[in-house]
Amino acid sequence: MDAFLDAIVHPLQYAFFQKGLLVATLSGALLGLTGVYITLRGMSYIGHGLSHSIFGGFAASQLISAQFFLWGAGVWGVMSALAIITVTRRHRIGADAAIGVVTTASFALGIALLTHFGATGPSFESALFGSILGISQGQIYMLYAVAALTVTLVFVRYRALLFATFDPDVAAVSGVSVLATDIMLMVVLSLNILSTLNVVGVTLVAAMLVIPPVTARMLTDSFAATLVLATVIGALSGAIGMYLSYSAEVPSGTMIVLIGAVAFTLALATAGRRRRLRAARVPAVAVS
Amino acid sequence: MSAHIGSLLRLDRVDAGYDGTVVLRDVSLDVYDNQFSAVVGPSGAGKTTLLRLLLGTVKPSGGTVRRRDGLRTAYVPQLETVNWDFPLTVFECVLMGRASRSALPWPSREERAEVGRLLERLGIGHLQRRHIRELSGGQQQRMFLARALIRRPHLLVLDEPTSGVDANTRHDILHLLADLHVEGIAIILTTHDLNGMAAHLPHLVCVKGTIIAQGGPSDVITPDVLEQTYGARMEVLRHLDLPLVVDPRVTLATAG
Repeated sequence: MDAFLDAIVHPLQYAFFQKGLLVATLSGALLGLTGVYITLRGMSYIGHGLSHSIFGGFAASQLISAQFFLWGAGVWGVMSALAIITVTRRHRIGADAAIGVVTTASFALGIALLTHFGATGPSFESALFGSILGISQGQIYMLYAVAALTVTLVFVRYRALLFATFDPDVAAVSGVSVLATDIMLMVVLSLNILSTLNVVGVTLVAAMLVIPPVTARMLTDSFAATLVLATVIGALSGAIGMYLSYSAEVPSGTMIVLIGAVAFTLALATAGRRRRLRAARVPAVAVS
Repeated sequence: MSAHIGSLLRLDRVDAGYDGTVVLRDVSLDVYDNQFSAVVGPSGAGKTTLLRLLLGTVKPSGGTVRRRDGLRTAYVPQLETVNWDFPLTVFECVLMGRASRSALPWPSREERAEVGRLLERLGIGHLQRRHIRELSGGQQQRMFLARALIRRPHLLVLDEPTSGVDANTRHDILHLLADLHVEGIAIILTTHDLNGMAAHLPHLVCVKGTIIAQGGPSDVITPDVLEQTYGARMEVLRHLDLPLVVDPRVTLATAG
């Protein structure tokens, strides 16, 4: 017991770990919360696509200024998300195909520009795999601001977001501005990815958008509970992953995702049992 | 376009379609306060497009659509279009109908009571906490009806409300809709079921690319109108003063 407590308390004496723990927990919670809407819209691939697109934005914006790269990547990501909505709505192309075309083109353009003109900003590796300990105070403030914005918007637009996600056609008839809601969600998603990219990296940010929501979905049938559980699972994955990353001396992003995967596996096993129990209870109800 | 007109809604020589393809041409239709209509026709005839015109989710490419000022519509979709794996309880689903009225995520005391009242009235009050997939087809239809009714609509539009349900459930839904009509809600629905559903309603609109005929069942369910609509001659008998179509294609078809 003492050893366990020591493993919890000991790393906290280091300022870099305190900062990393806070950022990892907040990032996991944020991606888990936003990911609920993304996975339920059947757009799980968008996290993967947008993170690559924003990576392209990182590269391209360095051409203008090393100081500008964060804002440039943000604008680049938001523009990519809006391009996906436009292509999907105006043409007979599925969201998955639109995501594939827009984000890979954006990624390729960024890499081509970077290769031709050379890099001046943060390294490729830190953007690809995350560099939680190298995160600046400015990036932490940005994460706080994006988290506050996301929670506020989910709170005040909760009903509209739910309706537009579950049944956009009926939502439109019922007075919900579906287009405005979709744009809002895409902008929030882009900002989420941008602000967490340095924590888990391009390649793993998509996993944290998907794993906590699908894990939560297996544990509850209520939408409100799914939102809360996905946020908690994301936060716990971030915190536990950060501790294990410290003790095992492996990159924090990989450990955070692995913890999420363990939670998913446990939920999968539990959900099978819950389903069997419920199946034994339900038939009496399923009668007209 | 909204205006002071005698009817709730008026389509005047309207053309409509998707991506340049015209699905409905030269459609004129009035929807009145006391309307209780079924839109019938074969698959691909434009029934759903007509509903979307009424709901305002499809814009006309020609002609005019006029709505009475302040008209509140509500829509009950086909059950086949719903994502039944979505994490959603019956209560959460019905509360969606209030999405445009409150910014708070949680329901007010008044909303909680109203959802409870509606579900009790529709006979599924005890299922509020159940996941939407745990309901039978008839119960799911009633849940979406509750979501529509919580908007207190003047016009209720339903797409194939009896598709995929058994005869008893169809009978229950028909009676429920008749009660709502008596309470003053105008109702328009689509159906493939001429004998079991359409023949029991006071007004029918027969559609195939345009409106072929509209009026009471005896005026619309005739061999001539059915031939124009379905492309084949069908025999029509009378049973208990209702027309009865002797052709399986108008009762067995289920696609929208």
